[in-house]
Amino acid sequence: MSTPSRYWREIPQRYRLEANSCAQCKQKFFPPRLVCPECGSRDLVKTKIEEKGKVISYTIIRVPPSQFKDQAPYAVGVVEMDDGVNLMGQIVDCDFEDLKLGKRVRIEFRKLFKKGNSGILCYGYKFVPDS
Amino acid sequence: MREVAVVGIGMTKWGELWNKSLRDIYVETALMAIDDSGVDHIDSMYIGSMSSGIFVGQEHIASLLADYLGCAPVPSTRVETACASGGLALRLGFMEVGSGMSDIVLVSGVEKMTDVGGDEATYALGTAADQEYECYHGITFPGLYALMAVAHMDKYGTTRKQLAEVAVKNHKNGSKNPLAQFPFEVTVDDVLNSVKVADPLRILDCSPITDGAAAAIICPVELAKNLNKPIVKITGSGHATDAIAISQRKDMTWLESTYKAGKSAYEMAGKNPGDIDVFEVHDCFTIAELCVMEALGLVDKGKSGEAVERGRTAVEGDIPVNPSGGLKSKGHPVGATGIAQVVEIVKQLREESGERQVKGARFGLTQNMGGSGASTVVHIFERE
Amino acid sequence: MEGIVGYGAYIPRNRIKVEEIAKVWGADAPSYKKGLMLEEKSVPSPDQDTITMSVEASKNALKRAGIDPLDIGAVYVGSESHPYAVKPSGTVLAEALGATPEVHTADFEFACKAGTEGMFVALNLVKAGTITYGLGVGADTSQGAPGDALEYSAAAGAAAFIFGKDKVVAEVLETYAYMTDTPDFWRREYEYYPQHGGRFTGEPAYFKHVIGAAKGIMNKADMQAGDFNYVIFHQPNGKFPFKAGKILGFSREQIEPGWLVNKLGNTYSGSSPLGLTATLDIAKPGDHILLVSYGSGAGSDAFILKVTPRIDEVRDLAPLTREILNNNKKYLEYGEYAKFREKIRKAE
Repeated sequence: MSTPSRYWREIPQRYRLEANSCAQCKQKFFPPRLVCPECGSRDLVKTKIEEKGKVISYTIIRVPPSQFKDQAPYAVGVVEMDDGVNLMGQIVDCDFEDLKLGKRVRIEFRKLFKKGNSGILCYGYKFVPDS
Repeated sequence: MREVAVVGIGMTKWGELWNKSLRDIYVETALMAIDDSGVDHIDSMYIGSMSSGIFVGQEHIASLLADYLGCAPVPSTRVETACASGGLALRLGFMEVGSGMSDIVLVSGVEKMTDVGGDEATYALGTAADQEYECYHGITFPGLYALMAVAHMDKYGTTRKQLAEVAVKNHKNGSKNPLAQFPFEVTVDDVLNSVKVADPLRILDCSPITDGAAAAIICPVELAKNLNKPIVKITGSGHATDAIAISQRKDMTWLESTYKAGKSAYEMAGKNPGDIDVFEVHDCFTIAELCVMEALGLVDKGKSGEAVERGRTAVEGDIPVNPSGGLKSKGHPVGATGIAQVVEIVKQLREESGERQVKGARFGLTQNMGGSGASTVVHIFERE
Repeated sequence: MEGIVGYGAYIPRNRIKVEEIAKVWGADAPSYKKGLMLEEKSVPSPDQDTITMSVEASKNALKRAGIDPLDIGAVYVGSESHPYAVKPSGTVLAEALGATPEVHTADFEFACKAGTEGMFVALNLVKAGTITYGLGVGADTSQGAPGDALEYSAAAGAAAFIFGKDKVVAEVLETYAYMTDTPDFWRREYEYYPQHGGRFTGEPAYFKHVIGAAKGIMNKADMQAGDFNYVIFHQPNGKFPFKAGKILGFSREQIEPGWLVNKLGNTYSGSSPLGLTATLDIAKPGDHILLVSYGSGAGSDAFILKVTPRIDEVRDLAPLTREILNNNKKYLEYGEYAKFREKIRKAE
């Protein structure tokens, strides 16, 4: 579920993968944080996530939440991006038989769901195979 | 800190309790615990409940339930840390009694999940995960644990059959628990052929939607002595948090919050995993039980699957886990689970568990976990 | 001289064959295939729409342009299937590219020529010196009524063009617009599918405007068919572009590189723009290209382009059109296609 303001607030992350990193220990965070959980520093600098990575786990959702009802079955995975940051996202344009751990994928802009016939359209990132 | 004992327990049959409201389930169970303890009043109460707002549109249940229990103006606190709400309710009560602020505290948990449809219930449960970076992408709770299972199977060679064995064992235990939601056995084939939910997990790998409550009365050990009850002391308590999003954990196969909470509890109790006779752990999904066994130090990393397969975690095994039937067979009314685990351990230590009895059980442990492992509360109990 | 600085294409991977559609509606597949010169068309997945395809096509264009998105002064999306009736596709695109907030954005519509309209305006703002770079995108996920002739061709795709004065890969030497009020194809508000005038969509509509625009621009530029290496016409089906070409004196060889419709379908606002990206993919420095779009209602926009040496530097920085068209295809059965295209009435 998403409301207009909750959706809009995350646009820099969902559309442009804007992140930040700790000026002290260099850890990268997505979504951005106000405090570094590693060293406690509050000195965080803007950065972006690399757009390619590899699948480190995946599952196929067969019983979906209501706003994804018509999309099931679909694959969701955790992808380790090339800069070491992990993202969760759907893996699409890939037959289930071709899904495997270590598969190289890249980010693509897609529509995540819509709120019925009259609500807002919610966009964001998904993963597609990187040939 | 004073020594604290559990002197009364209460739990009614769990399931789809159409005729009972949140208040009914709660009050019946709390009264059972109060009667079992023999106390004539309480000083304070804690209620673990994850989502009364979404399930029955009711917040402020701390006061609602104090009112309906006839205990107002006693201080009442509703505690929430997703599925570990019950365990946390016990911990807070334990601290209140241990510190001397109160003598008799009712710790309890309740969840009434069947007044909404499946979609709404799934949504409510999903609020325990990261809304913007996990749920937004279409993940479900079975999906989160499926991701853990895939990683665990890849890293350690855990098999689909070993996951099924967890469900088989828990149902076997649950079939001997008159309060369980699903008191019947299942076979490995039943599990492997049940409908797919989130690969590789199937419906029989997953705990159900349940209505239920559980309650316990705790008080200082000196007072317990006067009540003429077997003394079951709480000797260890641990609580830890971890990244809410599974992708942000350092190792998806490892439950760091369980490890940390367990470590604190073991240290407080002066015990090792090997000293504990019986465990009640959070098997929201079969894979969870395997990961918890490893994080609590019952087995080495990666060795949980084979331990279950070899029968070590059966009631008659050397590391009995979930003699109650676990969340899988007993049910999982979210906020109540943590206290139901306490009820089972107390019964085990009082030797009141009938066919599920772990022989000679003297030390017990409860492990209650929130969401995909972002919070864990562990308690250790000892019969004097 | 101003022109295209970066270009990019995007086509969804799903396809459905003419035979599969014909089978469900009891139509004669071979005669449709022959009559329309069409074999299969692209189908968007439920998570794809004009906005998502515009974003991916524009990102490809940015890769070739090699510019900072903050320097884009205008973002235009032309489509007849904008996801919202009221709320621009262009704002989502501009945010996704990181071009906001100092950017002019508008959504364009004019049936299948909405893409070239955005291109026309972006180019002219650059020419006038109002902006440094302008982005024009043509994208559609058009619908054809079930069982109607248009169902065989209505497809999905997007093409994006960034215009500027420096780093040009194809100069725009001339533009021309030719338009009349002709009700050949339309959709009323709240109607789900469009209507069309059958054979009226041919000579008085498509051909009149395509030929009118082609002749008009060649006149204006004092050029003839033989002066061009390539020509791209709007492709509602496989036949019309060749027929228009024949009338105007163009050869098959000039038309073929930009002729995608037989394997792609009619991507409406993406149609001639994708023909242009496919042509740029193989064009050489010095080549002259004629682009003529067509939008029902009716009108055509025409562009004359001359390819520069920079094309060789940027061509391979993003996927080539025919690679996207031919690789990783997934064929759908009619049922799944109907589900994807929301042609099945559901409880709400």
